Amino acid sequence: MKNENLGIIFSNMHDSALGQLTESRTTSSIPFGGRYRFIDFVLSSMVNSNIYSIGVIAKTNYESLLDHLGSGREWDLARKSGGLYILPPYGVQGAGVYQGKIQALYGMKEYIERTQRKYVVMTDTDVICNIDFNAITEFHKEKEADMTIVYIKKKLSKDVKNATVFSLNGEQRITDVRMLSGSESEQNLSVNIVVAEKDLLMRLVSDVHSHGLYDFDRDILQRRLDSLNIYGYEYKDYFAKIDNLKDYFRANLDLLKPDVRRQLFLSNRNIYTKGADQVPTRYGLDSRITNSLIADGCLIEGEVRNSLISRGVYVGKGALVENSVIMSSCRIEPMARLNYCILDKNALVTNKKILSGSENYPNYIAKNGVV
Amino acid sequence: MATKKEWLAMLLAGGQGSRLYTLTKKVAKPAVPYGGKYRIIDFPLSNCVNSGIDTVGVLTQYQPLLLNEYISNGIPWDLDRVNGGVHVLPPYQRSKNSSWYSGTANAIHQNVHFIEQYSPEYVVILSGDHIYKMDYSKMLDFHKENNADCTIAVLQVPMEEASRFGIMNTDKDFKVYEFQEKPKQPKSNLASMGVYIFTWTVLKKYLADDDANPDSDNDFGKNIIPNMLGDGKSLYAYPFDGYWKDVGTIDSLWEANMDLLDPNVELELDDSGWKIYSRSPALPPHFMSETAHVQNSLITEGCEIAGEVDFSVIFAGVVIEEGAKVHDSIVMPHTVVRKGAVIEYSIVAENALIEEGALIGKRPEDCEDKDQWGVAVIGENVRVGKGAVVAPKAMVDGDVPDAPPPAPEEPSKEPSKEPSKETPAEKAKGEIKNEK
Repeated sequence: MKNENLGIIFSNMHDSALGQLTESRTTSSIPFGGRYRFIDFVLSSMVNSNIYSIGVIAKTNYESLLDHLGSGREWDLARKSGGLYILPPYGVQGAGVYQGKIQALYGMKEYIERTQRKYVVMTDTDVICNIDFNAITEFHKEKEADMTIVYIKKKLSKDVKNATVFSLNGEQRITDVRMLSGSESEQNLSVNIVVAEKDLLMRLVSDVHSHGLYDFDRDILQRRLDSLNIYGYEYKDYFAKIDNLKDYFRANLDLLKPDVRRQLFLSNRNIYTKGADQVPTRYGLDSRITNSLIADGCLIEGEVRNSLISRGVYVGKGALVENSVIMSSCRIEPMARLNYCILDKNALVTNKKILSGSENYPNYIAKNGVV
Repeated sequence: MATKKEWLAMLLAGGQGSRLYTLTKKVAKPAVPYGGKYRIIDFPLSNCVNSGIDTVGVLTQYQPLLLNEYISNGIPWDLDRVNGGVHVLPPYQRSKNSSWYSGTANAIHQNVHFIEQYSPEYVVILSGDHIYKMDYSKMLDFHKENNADCTIAVLQVPMEEASRFGIMNTDKDFKVYEFQEKPKQPKSNLASMGVYIFTWTVLKKYLADDDANPDSDNDFGKNIIPNMLGDGKSLYAYPFDGYWKDVGTIDSLWEANMDLLDPNVELELDDSGWKIYSRSPALPPHFMSETAHVQNSLITEGCEIAGEVDFSVIFAGVVIEEGAKVHDSIVMPHTVVRKGAVIEYSIVAENALIEEGALIGKRPEDCEDKDQWGVAVIGENVRVGKGAVVAPKAMVDGDVPDAPPPAPEEPSKEPSKEPSKETPAEKAKGEIKNEK
């Protein structure tokens, strides 16, 4: 069956929420899970859902994203027809650096209207999931919806700000849209994955834009609940929405749970990423590794517990890495000890140094940092 | 019309590798897995690309399916090119005189038109049987400096092993005056590595002459090289100094994998200046559970390790359950080793299933009769049943049934017999053993 969906990925949404992680990269290119970047999850999900026409909207800081995606070959998106299309700001005359989703979509109007696809599937990249978009578009058609938004049931934490939550009727139609801060109850939390017919979406975007408005959730969802059939689709499999460093830390360590890996890394729905041609990981004679995920290209001579170790990391003899997330090419020298730390790429922890954070406040060491 | 190339490589990948027995039953030898995430052919292909060769013909014949799939468009080796790139070249039918590749020289001869498209000055002939890292561009420089018609890469081997190789006898400038195939009394220890550079116009003539001779074996070592020497052509031996291993036998394949675990062996795969490329599956990092215990081993993506692994090479997607033990062994992609199974000094091929409590292979020190000892091999897709025992040196390419349930008063494994019909008789001496 010919796929009728156009994928749109917002690579920069929520950059500011993730602070230091996005200092030198977009949200979409934040390293995750030892060998991936955020965008790999939604991009692979789209490809696995047979969506082969995908526009990635970039805004700022996108060098690492371009480097990662290249021509899209790793995701089988180097296509003659459709394929991967990166949409930087200033791509067309009159478009500048956009402020919100509406402006971004408006700036890409020409590209979106040109593609001969009936539906648009939009997503942000601050999400870790292996989601079947076909199931959502099927639901959308079955309900004869104008728009379908994916939500998860989640107990919000106190520090959540401006989370979009839904009330739904028995038919799954959204009856109320609220922006919540600091609620601690379980809510139907929007994960900003939207399916809509292309023509309707672009009409709405043009209309909202011409009124000088810019907020998708407030100016489209909230205002048009009565005039449009907007439905909510509950996603029940593993889904991590990364709003801050703590979420990031927790979602990485979630991968240590077999059940989470089973839901994310399906054999018939691979998560693809850029290859690095790393050698297999080598374990030394006195290494001791328990409950940890280790990517290729590492040399582990010390001890690792409850941690995630990315590609090309060195853990020296007598070093101990516990409850930590180590990004690629870090070096942890002999006798160093880490507990509840996040080491960004290429960080160095020298001989015998001791670093620790806590579960709620992991100690973050910046890219190329030397301790 | 293809663009002219100064040089290109022809990679002989049609060999069966019959001494690898069950490992090459369904795949050609160059496609045999090696080193955790490679296949043998990754080495010559990566060497080509790292040496600046962008046009490679891969000659296939025996069991080409996997090799075709694996090489495909050449992307992993950066050999997808508008001009050149990697091309798989099977034998093909023509209006007359169609045939299989009857020898190494014939394989090249049948593809003269492929080579001619690029009008090369030099052609590199490689085989897909060896593990080594080599800069062919230095060898080409040597070939040009000597104004040679043919340059053959050689390795100094211990004199006592020289009679196992094709030996080049040279003068002090490495000009070859004699070639001896597996000489009983070797005069030198310069062994041919199966890597040749020919000046194309010269080779083309010798291939045509060889093809016209009905008595020829159409082989480089037996025919082309001796004929060129006989005619007084200029042949040079290019001395190579580095790791090189022919992985043509079970023992050498096992050793070459174990060499990766030995810090004193000079084959360094983790070399950013000379990467070995491979096609890798999209699998997550490997997981080591609470019960995992791993020492001095290589492990790669997609594995789930809960058992004990030491001195072993574990390929992608392998599962080793709690209480299972893998020592001094090679476990190829997607094989599952269930609880309590023990694998020692073995090679287990792809997609095998080693059931609970199965015992495969043995340490040499645990074998009373040393002649009975050797590396055990389990073929691909084979299921070794619960509690079944596979003797050292056995070669198993069919399923092995479960051992009978233990007798009530005997808590340890009941004796079990190995099926002998699929295995070479001398290797499958069904062993009866009792072990806890």
